[in-house]
Amino acid sequence: MVRFILRRLLQVIPVFLGTTLLVYYMVFALPGDPIAALFGDRQPPQAVIDTLRSQYHLNEPFWVQYGLFLKNLFTFNLGNDFTGQPIAASLARVFPVTAMLAIEALAIQAVFGVAFGVFAGLRRGGWFDSTVLVASLVVIAVPTFVLGFVFQLVFGVQLGWAKPTVGANADWGSLLLPAVVLGLVSFAYVLRLTRTSVSENMNADYVRTATAKGLSRPRVVLAHILRNSLIPVVTYLGANLGGLMGGAIVTEGIFNVPGVGNKLYQAVLRSEGPTIVSIVSVLVLVFVVANLLVDLLYAWLDPRIRYDQ
Amino acid sequence: MRDKEMTTPEIRIAEAGTTGTRPLLEIRDLAITFKTSGGEVQAVRDAHLTIMPGETVAIVGESGSGKSTTALAAIGLLPSNGRVSGGQILLDGEDIAHAPEKRMIELRGNTIGMVPQDPMSNLNPVWKIGYQVRETLRANGQPSGPDDVAKVLSEAGLPDAHRRAKQYPHEFSGGMRQRALIAIGLSCQPRLLIADEPTSALDVTVQRQILDHLDTMTTDLGTAVLLITHDLGLAAERADKVVVMYQGRVVEAGPSLELLQNPQHPYTRRLVESAPSLASRRIQAAREQGVEAADLLAPAAEPAAADNVLQIQDLRKVYKLRQGLGKSSDFAAVDGVSFDVKRGTTTAIVGESGSGKSTVAKMVLQLEKPTEGRILFDGVDTSALKPGDLFKFRRRVQPIFQDPYGSLDPMYNIFRTIEEPLRVHKIGNKESREKKVRELLDQVALPQSAMQRYPNELSGGQRQRVAIARALALDPEVIICDEAVSALDVLVQAQVLNLLADLQANLGLTYLFITHDLAVVRQIADHVCVMEKGRLVETGSTDNVFESPEQDYTKALLNAIPGAKLMLPPEVA
Repeated sequence: MVRFILRRLLQVIPVFLGTTLLVYYMVFALPGDPIAALFGDRQPPQAVIDTLRSQYHLNEPFWVQYGLFLKNLFTFNLGNDFTGQPIAASLARVFPVTAMLAIEALAIQAVFGVAFGVFAGLRRGGWFDSTVLVASLVVIAVPTFVLGFVFQLVFGVQLGWAKPTVGANADWGSLLLPAVVLGLVSFAYVLRLTRTSVSENMNADYVRTATAKGLSRPRVVLAHILRNSLIPVVTYLGANLGGLMGGAIVTEGIFNVPGVGNKLYQAVLRSEGPTIVSIVSVLVLVFVVANLLVDLLYAWLDPRIRYDQ
Repeated sequence: MRDKEMTTPEIRIAEAGTTGTRPLLEIRDLAITFKTSGGEVQAVRDAHLTIMPGETVAIVGESGSGKSTTALAAIGLLPSNGRVSGGQILLDGEDIAHAPEKRMIELRGNTIGMVPQDPMSNLNPVWKIGYQVRETLRANGQPSGPDDVAKVLSEAGLPDAHRRAKQYPHEFSGGMRQRALIAIGLSCQPRLLIADEPTSALDVTVQRQILDHLDTMTTDLGTAVLLITHDLGLAAERADKVVVMYQGRVVEAGPSLELLQNPQHPYTRRLVESAPSLASRRIQAAREQGVEAADLLAPAAEPAAADNVLQIQDLRKVYKLRQGLGKSSDFAAVDGVSFDVKRGTTTAIVGESGSGKSTVAKMVLQLEKPTEGRILFDGVDTSALKPGDLFKFRRRVQPIFQDPYGSLDPMYNIFRTIEEPLRVHKIGNKESREKKVRELLDQVALPQSAMQRYPNELSGGQRQRVAIARALALDPEVIICDEAVSALDVLVQAQVLNLLADLQANLGLTYLFITHDLAVVRQIADHVCVMEKGRLVETGSTDNVFESPEQDYTKALLNAIPGAKLMLPPEVA
């Protein structure tokens, strides 16, 4: 097992180099001069432009720029962004906020998705199943930005149940509403996945055998249907964690959450190569670790999977 | 189970006190309906049977006859779209046909136990064997410590039970899993055990061991057994009484031997006739044509031109087994096998799973390359064939596989399935190919209307006929049948075997028949090769091998055929 984990962590190196190289190159190839964009409509003196260009190594060829970025990275000095702020400090500000948001969204998806899915799957075709299926279809079909604004208006402004925007001081409570919006779409998928998996496993031979042994209904459901049904759900949730960390741009925008999505969006607008690549590098790590966790959970849920052979 | 003497006196006294001579289970006028998309379907009607305490009763019938449905109703495990729509199921006088779920949970496990059909799918793959035994004991209020679990497992014949209890189902062989399931079924000493085809997924020798052990255990415990099987021979050998079901009805019931020797209902008669007993079908078929058995028993005059269409010489196939860290060990799946196949005859290769018989078939079909040895087809070494010649070779040697569900493409209709080999080999034009497909359908006795249908609209027997028609499309000389009738019900099996025999007589085909079923071998084969662990242990004419087997392994295989020891009157056999 230890060897498996080590091997997986070693795989991070090529994945990391590949993604950063690709992202760095795409930023490099973007049209437009980032320094000019920095000054907006004003025309700065040529000397200022030249100083800034050399300060950010923008005149160097691509490989030198990328090499300098890597060197900085391994000396834990990410450098400054175009506004003069250290990149490391701004990452340290935005990542905890997004992590909180993602974990909250993931918890909502997992707990409610699995619970609703199990109830729907056990009584397939019943009223609960039908209602939940239609509702989840609506959630999947409506785009996040519509859902976000509607929730903001209804629960945040009209009913006043939650703060309509988050602002600078994000905590678990104020992130609840954006977390619900963020988690809702995947909640619908988790629900449907669980439901299908449960209703398939319900007809499995070993479930009938478990019943024939004289076990009570709750025991049959918990020990013999639920655990076997979770295997596909866990894969989906794990893959989703990475998406939640990086893909919350729309939701963070609507609720004014000072998180990774916002930061990344602004950095892209300003063609700030180092900031973009730094954020992406952390996201790559999150993805790899999340997938590793899924694989380990897998082996725990299904003993037929062994990684050490 | 035949022996009704109970060795545990306490149980006997307890039973005598409460039940006297009352039947343990009595099913009266039982009707079961299923709700389907096409409306209500009556799966069982007017079923009746009686089981006395300690008695073994078998229900025999083909799939869809309602035998499993009846048994499942008795333990309250009908699928969710099925319900008891009439009649009574009396357990010790109490009608449990509509008992509330709470009452059924009380009864399951400690009053009615079950051993299910397929050991591969009936244990939950994510829990240890010990856990699955323990939860049974605990749910029924029995002591459930590690020693109790080990005791239950070792009583079911699992050696080293303490260690085995810590393993997962996928670390067990099929036979061991079935022992674990028997352990679970009997762990709480139920008074009735429902055994639903408990061994049909196992090799014959393992099947015999398991059934013997089940016999001993149920006799010791005084458990009554309701045995569900499609195998009349097995039923007659193991049960006191046999109930025959056909299309949802009980058509005949009575003491086993009596029923076998003097079947009344036409269906039972057909079942007895086509039971793969030790009757030689070759003699039977001849008798129908008016030939005297005595003439046939004399060694058939071999046609002078009888040559060896296939010669297998010192065939060897070695697989590398990975053992981690780049190490590997050799595993000889086939080891030094030699035999000849004469043109126009049927040669059977028999053995248990893992004996290497299917690997031989794959090598003859040129789907696997032999590690050593030669396969001569018409005197030509097949390993030396160039790609173009190999293409021509495939035209002359065709396979029929075991699973007619898996070997037909569900997206191809029957016409396209049968026509495909003709198209691939660029034979004829569109009209002539269609004519050929029609001929082939006639040959395998399928209606021409079947051409436009898809595999899922056909029954198992019909699909296997399609597979045969496809194999015949290229007018091959040799057909390799890999377990070609194993997945079929007894009656359908008999029809397909008859078809194969007729086709051989008309077209002069040569068959290489791979099977684990010796009863089938006796019906169709001229020569037998017995394989064990990759080696050929015995070979000879079918009559010789069956009447005087030389190897212990062959004897064990022959003894394991269900019903082998039953003496049937000659007019039946």
